[in-house]
Amino acid sequence: MSTIGITAFGGYIPRLRLQRARIVEANAWANAGLKGFARGERSMCNWDEDSVTMAVEAARDCLGPRDRTAINAVHLASTTLPFADRQNAGIVAEALTLKEQIATLDVAASQRAGTSGLIAALNGLAAAGPALFVASEHRRSANGTPQELLAGDGAAALLLGEGDGVAARYLGGNTVSIDFVDHYRGQHHEFDYDWEERWIRDEGFMKIVPQAVAGLLEKTGVAPEAIDRFILPTVLRRVPEGLAKTLELRDEAVVDVLQGRCGDTGAAHAIVLLVQALEEAGPGEKILVTGFGQGCDALLFETTDAIASARPARGVGGSLAAGAREENYNKFLSFNKTVTKDFGKRGEVDKQTALSTLYRNRKMLTGFVGGKCATCGTVQFPKARYCVNPNCGALDSQDDHPMADTPGKVNTYTADSLTFSLDPPAYFGMVQFEGGGRLMVDFSDVDGDTFDIGAAVRMQFRVREFDDERGFRKYFWKAVPTDGQSAGVKE
Amino acid sequence: MATGIRDKVAILGMGCSKFGERWDAEPFDLMVEAFTECLDDAGIEKDDIQAAWLSTAIDSVNVGPSGVPLAVALRLPFIPVTRVENFCASGTEAMRGAVYAVASGACDIALALGCEKLKDTGYGGLPQRTRGVTNSMYWPNLSAPGVFAQLAAGYRGAHGVDRDELKRAMAHVSVKSHANGAKNPKAHLQRAVTMEKVLEAPMVAEPIGLFDCCGVSDGAAAAIVCTPEMARSLGKQDIVSVKALQLSVSNGSEAGHNSWDGSHIKTTRIAAGKAYDEAGIKDPRRELSMTEVHDCFSITELITMEDLGLSEHGEAVKDVLDGVFDADGEVPCQIDGGLKCFGHPIGASGLRMIYEMYTQILGRAGERQLDDPRLGLTHNLGGFPHLNVSSVSIIGRHEG
Repeated sequence: MSTIGITAFGGYIPRLRLQRARIVEANAWANAGLKGFARGERSMCNWDEDSVTMAVEAARDCLGPRDRTAINAVHLASTTLPFADRQNAGIVAEALTLKEQIATLDVAASQRAGTSGLIAALNGLAAAGPALFVASEHRRSANGTPQELLAGDGAAALLLGEGDGVAARYLGGNTVSIDFVDHYRGQHHEFDYDWEERWIRDEGFMKIVPQAVAGLLEKTGVAPEAIDRFILPTVLRRVPEGLAKTLELRDEAVVDVLQGRCGDTGAAHAIVLLVQALEEAGPGEKILVTGFGQGCDALLFETTDAIASARPARGVGGSLAAGAREENYNKFLSFNKTVTKDFGKRGEVDKQTALSTLYRNRKMLTGFVGGKCATCGTVQFPKARYCVNPNCGALDSQDDHPMADTPGKVNTYTADSLTFSLDPPAYFGMVQFEGGGRLMVDFSDVDGDTFDIGAAVRMQFRVREFDDERGFRKYFWKAVPTDGQSAGVKE
Repeated sequence: MATGIRDKVAILGMGCSKFGERWDAEPFDLMVEAFTECLDDAGIEKDDIQAAWLSTAIDSVNVGPSGVPLAVALRLPFIPVTRVENFCASGTEAMRGAVYAVASGACDIALALGCEKLKDTGYGGLPQRTRGVTNSMYWPNLSAPGVFAQLAAGYRGAHGVDRDELKRAMAHVSVKSHANGAKNPKAHLQRAVTMEKVLEAPMVAEPIGLFDCCGVSDGAAAAIVCTPEMARSLGKQDIVSVKALQLSVSNGSEAGHNSWDGSHIKTTRIAAGKAYDEAGIKDPRRELSMTEVHDCFSITELITMEDLGLSEHGEAVKDVLDGVFDADGEVPCQIDGGLKCFGHPIGASGLRMIYEMYTQILGRAGERQLDDPRLGLTHNLGGFPHLNVSSVSIIGRHEG
């Protein structure tokens, strides 16, 4: 019996939850049919989040404080990768300060990227060793479409390995590949083009998914009624329930697709739902995961006794609980650049990135690695030739000191309405890190009503600046209030 | 052993353009406007000037780099012209260059001229500046009010001052400066404002509101310097001489080491201490007649009162509200209206401040003339509270 599987898991759903009623209010004049989708909320990226930043957050949640040197590969699955030609998984690996002797791979071009990529990663484990698999999606839709209402943004990560630490054993996978085009997004086109839902349901889901699942159950010798959780990501209502009946799965095995609280996170959704299921599962549960798109993947996992200790600090559940209502539809459109918005002349300065500078400073900028003086012990950011401690000043005394996971506290801040920001006012200020070091840095996900000096923050990998002219984006780390929004303590 | 600059150099003449939104003027016009007044005041010929320093801070929207623009604007006779830039202390840097040149004996007569043409960007506030390739990769998009607003948060944290109380003291700073500026025909803003108006103004960068910000304007100011002996030989009776010129530049410890609490400006304290030593001042609050400090924002002026030793630590809010720095107070501050009313054409400001001290000491300040001022201090603070350049200059009547 296989001893490979999932050794750790984590998730990240962005904090902002756009209220669907606001989308419907703005668009029902053009499409009255949208009124049926007005309930609930969908997750949305802040202006500075994308598939890479969410992947990093999900991966950090998955990895926790464990040693990362054993990881030999990073796979990133998404159909919304920010770079068409720059290894996106490589950015994730750099941000996580993983070793350089590592394989990185982007998996894309289908809603099945999450599940197909996961099967490939699991199949490669024996040869490659422990792998980090992340699926992330920042979905972008034309204004006033059902997709805009039904989609969500999010990411999930799995650490794959073998041996005693496996929390969910991989029992097997099966794929059917059929060029069934329920929707597509052509190269150089911004948005999806969809075909009729009833056809997708009847000829697509109801006929293709059973082929994949039946093949898997036959391969693994598992009876349908033995499945404890059945994951079928879809925006089509009642399709998972209908398929469960067709496949003779137990009704209660059907996993909620989070349509009311998050929306469908595309290629990431199967993994998001899997992580949430793992967060809730006890030992000995069989979890069937499917991913639909030009065919169907089916994967079967069985949780072990290690499941209880493998649960992440935040997870998908924690992310869902930490949501903040967003009532401003225009903000959502602006963040996704599906409207042309003026942010003033201050935004007109050239945002070119010197790639040679980025490369030289990649540990600092992408990995948030500072320095620690071997002479006096002072932690500092950025790492510099001379120690910053006024009582030390030693030359070339600093060792690399990763600081991304060091908690911080707000020393000073402001809400700046003058400076260029895609979400004014811009919050920034001085953050002091536990154990030393400080930085004047951007804040993100701030609730202006409760934020003050003394607030606890943690660092998150975010987009610092978009260079839309050249299709580049600068990444850096920002301070985000801990526990969603903890009011600052005056000192 | 260095003996400092005290009384080694005299100001032979000064000039200052009208500050404001000078839609009518090229930077060259502003330079000529300040220079012609300065030259008349000095009572010399242009060809008597042996070396010149030009201060401009933002070359991208101004005259471009190098000393050439000044040489061309004034048609200087192929003498050395050096352009200096050191954030908001740029004007004072030009003065330092000219004064040191005279003090060293390298030349007899030197010119310092600062100029900035800010109002050609198409938007309000200071022009957006580039910050260097690496910095732009991780620094926040800090605006000037945004970084100086940090001081208010730091001050609240360090002294436990109530947010509203601090805001009232900040407002008093601006009300006082507007009252002074209303009496100055060269100021950009010449209108008094009420406390209510300041407090109710739109927020720019919390807690800095519109009236907590200095203006943004175009302007130029100039000084011609020589030795006191030469000034006398040229017929000057009342001689104003330089008592101290000090500069302190952050080495990154405020930005990178947790020993700084964000409530004060470390460099100002260092520069002020050295300047008082250089000028022989023991008790600044008693000995200084007046100050022109870097009131880019009201909070900056407020904490500068502590950094210059004019208020005890944690006492500036009280002193400000008590009127210690008002025109009729113990140590009047910004008697010309300050950056608040002149605006801040960066390269010109340091020299504009010295111009007011010089004007006051010579008793030429008209409606806003103080009673018998003898010693005036100017202060510039450029950059950010956590990473900056501070200058402190002291000028006064030349004794002996």
